[in-house]
Amino acid sequence: MSIVSIDLAPLQRADRWRVAEWAFWLLPVLGYFVFPDNLVLLTQIAITALFCLSLDLILGYAGIVSLGHAAFFGLGAYTAGLLASHGWGEPLSGLAVAALASGVLGFITSLLVLRGADLTRLMVTLGVAMMLFELANKLTFITGGVDGLQGIEMKPIFGTFGFDMVGKTAYWYSMVVLFLMFWAARKLVHSPFGLSIKGIRLNVARMPALGAPVNARLAAIYTIGAAYAGVAGALMAQTTQFVALDVLSFNRSAELLLILVLGGSGSLYGAMLGTIVFMAAHHVLSDMNPEYWQFWLGAMLMLIVLFARDGVMGGLRTAAARLVPRKLAAP
Amino acid sequence: MTVLFDGIASGMLLFLISVGLSVTLGLMNFVNLAHGSFAMVGGYVCVTLLNKAGVPFLACLPLAALATALVGVALERTLYRRLYTATHLDQVLFSLALVFMSMSAMQYFFGAQQQPLNLPDFLKGQINLPGLDMGIYRLFLIAVSLLIAFGLQSMVSGTRFGAQLRASVDNPRTARGVGINVERIFTLTFALGSALAGLGGAMGVEMLGLDPGFPVKYIVYFLIVVAVGGSGSITGSLVASLILGVVDVAGKYYVPQVGSFVIYAVMVVMLVFRPQGLFGRMAAR
Repeated sequence: MSIVSIDLAPLQRADRWRVAEWAFWLLPVLGYFVFPDNLVLLTQIAITALFCLSLDLILGYAGIVSLGHAAFFGLGAYTAGLLASHGWGEPLSGLAVAALASGVLGFITSLLVLRGADLTRLMVTLGVAMMLFELANKLTFITGGVDGLQGIEMKPIFGTFGFDMVGKTAYWYSMVVLFLMFWAARKLVHSPFGLSIKGIRLNVARMPALGAPVNARLAAIYTIGAAYAGVAGALMAQTTQFVALDVLSFNRSAELLLILVLGGSGSLYGAMLGTIVFMAAHHVLSDMNPEYWQFWLGAMLMLIVLFARDGVMGGLRTAAARLVPRKLAAP
Repeated sequence: MTVLFDGIASGMLLFLISVGLSVTLGLMNFVNLAHGSFAMVGGYVCVTLLNKAGVPFLACLPLAALATALVGVALERTLYRRLYTATHLDQVLFSLALVFMSMSAMQYFFGAQQQPLNLPDFLKGQINLPGLDMGIYRLFLIAVSLLIAFGLQSMVSGTRFGAQLRASVDNPRTARGVGINVERIFTLTFALGSALAGLGGAMGVEMLGLDPGFPVKYIVYFLIVVAVGGSGSITGSLVASLILGVVDVAGKYYVPQVGSFVIYAVMVVMLVFRPQGLFGRMAAR
C-alpha cells in the first residue's frame, strides 16, 4: 500500500502575487496623475475591464461560449439605475443588489445554457440577451425605452465621497471595485474550484471520473460570471448616472468577445490588457475617423484569430519566454 | 387574411436569405455570422445596378446573386477554408470581424443612409380580393422563394452534386478516399450559400431596407431560422421561416407592445427542448 502523493507546491505558488502584478496595479494610481483630464475614459476602461473579466471567467476558464453576455451587464445597469432613480442612491448596496439580480438571472439561464453544445449555447445566450433587450425597449414606463433611463441620483459613498463633475470619485470608486473583484477572481481561479473549472474545459469527459460534478461547477461559474457582469453594469449606471438601451445590445456582447480575444482569453491579465489596448485604440482611431474605426477593429480581430490566437497576453508570454528561458510566465 | 399573407411573404424572404446560412452552417458546420454581410452585398449590388446603371430589376437579381457568389468564393478560398477545422468560437470571432469590416466598408462607399429602391411598374400595386390585399411584389417574392426551395431540395437530395456534398460533410476523409474533391465541393457550396444570400438581400431591399447596419440588425433572425428549422434541413428552414414570418408580422400587428419578445422566447424554449431543431439531424461533429 502506498499513498499517492501529489506535489501541490507549483499550484500553491501560482496563487502568490508576483512583482509584475503589483506593478500592473500601480497603473491606476499612475493614470490618475498622468491623465487627469481623461478620468472619464479611464473609468470606462475600468468598467469594461471588469465586464471583460466576467466573460473571461465563463469563456476563458470554463469554455462556455456566449454571444449574449451583455444581458447581465444590462440587467445590472438597469437594476442599479432603477434603484437610484427611485430614491435608493446608496452606491455600495446598489452594486450588491445588481450583482444579486444578475447572479440570479445567470443561475436560471445556466440551466438552459448548459443543456446544449456550442452552437446551442451561442443561440440561447443570444436569445436571452435579445429578450431582455426587447423587454427594456418596450417597458418604456420603467426603463425609459430608447431614450434611456434618466434621473439617477447617487448619494455619496460611505456618506462622505460625493460624485463630482470631474469624475474623481467615480474613478477611484471603479478602480477599487475592479481591484477587489479582480483579487477575488484571482483567488477563485487558483482555488481547487477554479482548477476543476479549467479541468472541465480541458477534458470534460475525465472530470466526472475525478469526482467533479461538471454541471454544478459550470452552473456555479456561470452564475459568478453573471454577477460580475452585473457589478460592471451597475458601476456604469452609477458613474455615468444614465443607462442607455444599448447596454443590452448585441453589439456590446460582440465587442466584448473581441476585447477578450484581443487580450487573450483564459488569463485574467489578458482581460485587463485587452480592454486597455482596445479602449485606447478605440479612442485614438475614432478620433482619427469616427465612422470607420470598426473596419480596423475587424481587421485586427481577423489577424488575431488567424495568426495570434492567444492575443496580447500570448505575445507577452512568448516574449517573456524568450527573455527568461528558464521559466514560463503564466499567471 | 392580409396579415397572414404579409407574414407568409416576409417568412419567404427570410427563408430566401437564411437558407444560404442553413447551407453553410448546417451542411458545412461553419458558424458564419457574416451571412448578413453577404446579403447586404447583394442588396448594394442590386441597388447600384438599378439606380446608377439602369439595369432592369429582373436582371439585377441574378447579377446580385452572381456578384455575391464571387465575393463568397474569393473569401472562401483565402480565409474561410483556414477555419473549417477551427473551434466554433474561432469561427464566430472571425465572422464577427468580417461583419464589422463589411459594415464600415459599405458606410465608406455608400454612406449611412437607407438606400432607395425603385421597383419596376409591373411589380408595384396590389391585387385586391375581398378581405385580402396582396402586394404584387410579395406574390413575386413568394413565387421565387418556392422555386428556390424546390430547386434546392431536389439538388441536395437528388443530384450527384448533392450526394457528394452530403458525403463530404458527413465524413470528409472517406469522401476524399472515394475520389470526391472535397475542397471543390465546399467552395461550390459556399458559393451557392453566398449566392442565395445575395439574391435574398437584393430581393429584401424593398421590405427590410438597406443600410450598413443590415448584417447586425437581421443576423439574429437568420440564426433563429437555422436554429429552429434544424441546420442543414431545407424543409426545416422553410417551415421555420414561415412560422417566424407569420408570428413576427402578426405579433407586431396585433400586440405591438410585445414586439419581438415572443420570437426570442420561442426560440430559446425550442432550443432547450429540441437542440437539433424541428427537422434537424444531429450535428456531425
